[in-house]
Amino acid sequence: MDSDKPTEQNDQPVIKVRGLVNRFGAHVVHENLDLTLERGEILGVVGGSGTGKSVLLRSIVGLKRPNDGTVEVLGTTLNELNEAQRSQIERRFGVLFQRGALFSSLNLQENIALPLIEHARLPREDAEHLARVKLALVGLPPQAALQFPESLSGGMVKRAALARALALDPDILFLDEPTAGLDPIGAAAFDQLLVTLRDALGFSVFLVTHDLDTLYAACDRVAVLSQKRVLVVDTIDKVAETEDEWIQDYFHGPRGRAAQSAHTASSTNAYTQE
Amino acid sequence: MPSEWIARHDQTVTLKGEWTLANYRHIKAALQQSDTRTEPGKPTDATVSLDAITRLDTAGAILIVELIGVEKAQAVADWAAELPKEQQALLVRIAEAMEAPLDVDPPSYSRINQALASVGQHMVGLWSQQRQLLAFIGLVVATLFQLVLRPRHWRLTATVAHIQQSGLNAVPIVALLTFMVGAVVAFLGATVLQDFGATIYTIDLVAFSFLREFGVLLAAILLAGRTASAFTAQIGAMKSNEEIDALQAQGLDPIELLVLPRVMAMLISLPMLAFVGMLSGLAGGAMVTSLSLDISLTQFLTTLQKDVSVTHFLVGLSKAPVFAFVIAVIGCLEGFKVSGSAQSVGEHTTSSVVQSIFMVILIDAVAALFFMEMGW
Repeated sequence: MDSDKPTEQNDQPVIKVRGLVNRFGAHVVHENLDLTLERGEILGVVGGSGTGKSVLLRSIVGLKRPNDGTVEVLGTTLNELNEAQRSQIERRFGVLFQRGALFSSLNLQENIALPLIEHARLPREDAEHLARVKLALVGLPPQAALQFPESLSGGMVKRAALARALALDPDILFLDEPTAGLDPIGAAAFDQLLVTLRDALGFSVFLVTHDLDTLYAACDRVAVLSQKRVLVVDTIDKVAETEDEWIQDYFHGPRGRAAQSAHTASSTNAYTQE
Repeated sequence: MPSEWIARHDQTVTLKGEWTLANYRHIKAALQQSDTRTEPGKPTDATVSLDAITRLDTAGAILIVELIGVEKAQAVADWAAELPKEQQALLVRIAEAMEAPLDVDPPSYSRINQALASVGQHMVGLWSQQRQLLAFIGLVVATLFQLVLRPRHWRLTATVAHIQQSGLNAVPIVALLTFMVGAVVAFLGATVLQDFGATIYTIDLVAFSFLREFGVLLAAILLAGRTASAFTAQIGAMKSNEEIDALQAQGLDPIELLVLPRVMAMLISLPMLAFVGMLSGLAGGAMVTSLSLDISLTQFLTTLQKDVSVTHFLVGLSKAPVFAFVIAVIGCLEGFKVSGSAQSVGEHTTSSVVQSIFMVILIDAVAALFFMEMGW
């Protein structure tokens, strides 16, 4: 499927942000921000509140036009494309918004079947069958398929939103705080599901999160947003050693230490079991 | 039958190529054609080889699991060791997800039962709507009386802001609309009364109709469309954002904070707008009479003063507070009924406009009867 896209090579990064500037009036959110998402990796994006994590996500997905700089996605610059070409690229994204953003007038099954019908041109019956499997895949009971978003709990909304983001088996998955509001068991299952699907389907993940456990369990690299740019991008162990007050507080505060030791314990367990 | 995705030799079925969402329909058709299943819906008995599959995504994995059955898919490592580890893991995950039956059909009833049920539902809905409206009116009035003697709880800023939005900002549209209707009524009167040589009575026609009915009625209908819908959408958005719950959890009264300022603002705005409507309707009539009937403005005003008693003006204006109260209360109540979804906001906004216009016209008709019997 990818072979007919000449602009795209398999070793190229899927997202390349260069010199990004975002401003809201006089308030500068990003200044000269560079970031790269490699093919098949899960990149965790962290940062204090108000450092523009969601704004960065929105500028990459094309919901916000950056004030300056370039955003290259899958080898093309979104803002230079016309409507039809853009839609072609955009259907290869899966986005999970912070508050789910499920369509409130459709039930869950229809929510997930919608992109399948519109983009993959499946008949409704097939689309709804696939939708039900995807709902089961993210751990929702079969009865949930006919429920409407307003009657769901926060955790169920998150799962359903993930199922919708995965509907088209996207090349890039954008997740905005996917584990916020999930119980720890659900969050751990989410991390595991994410890694399994990434391994099987080979998509890349842009993951905005505050959840240290997710960073340790699922992310290949971690980018820290601070001082209006990406302060450091590297594997989590190297990032945790960076000399910066915020990073030190974040990774070596009480919660950071707990997540780290939990991760070390679980990976030693896994090794001894094998 | 050979195909791009599936090949069969005796008891061995070989799956090959890209089993992805893009090819989902073709693969499904190929599966049906190759007739690999003994019974529809049951997994195949044939030996299946997955080694030739080049790409696999969730949609393809779902088809494979359906073909070979859940148990065999979960044991994929035992019989398809050549398949890449990632794709094995995907098959196992999908098989786990498909283990429980996924089909849930909503309970279905016969058409007659459905029709009867929906008639019943509507009747019960209508009845409970009226009861809710009466209860809400009671609640608002009770809260109003409690607060009359406690000026500290009067929300003056909010009230003034609502007066600006629903009253002051509506002046141009009310004035324009009544001016044009006034002109139309004058034209109608002129045409009909000309045959009797009584064109001078056009003045009475315009004056009576605008002072008693049209001024206040048009203003009320405009506000029902403009303000009742705004109230419903505002309170509805707050409701779905859990702001109402937040108020209650903090021990604050939503009726006092949200409803009373809106009701008070309407009670002040609508009489003023009705007055504007009356004046501008008369102006519209005066324009037509002076331009096309040779009745000068002076004559118009003199006749107005001589023929039309102030009772008509008072009768018209006395209806304004009633309309205002009904419109505001319906707008707010529908807002409180909103339940989360965007569709629900739309439904209740529509309902609040329809209900308030209906109530305004109903009350106006009853009032017309009453005033006529009283001889006012």
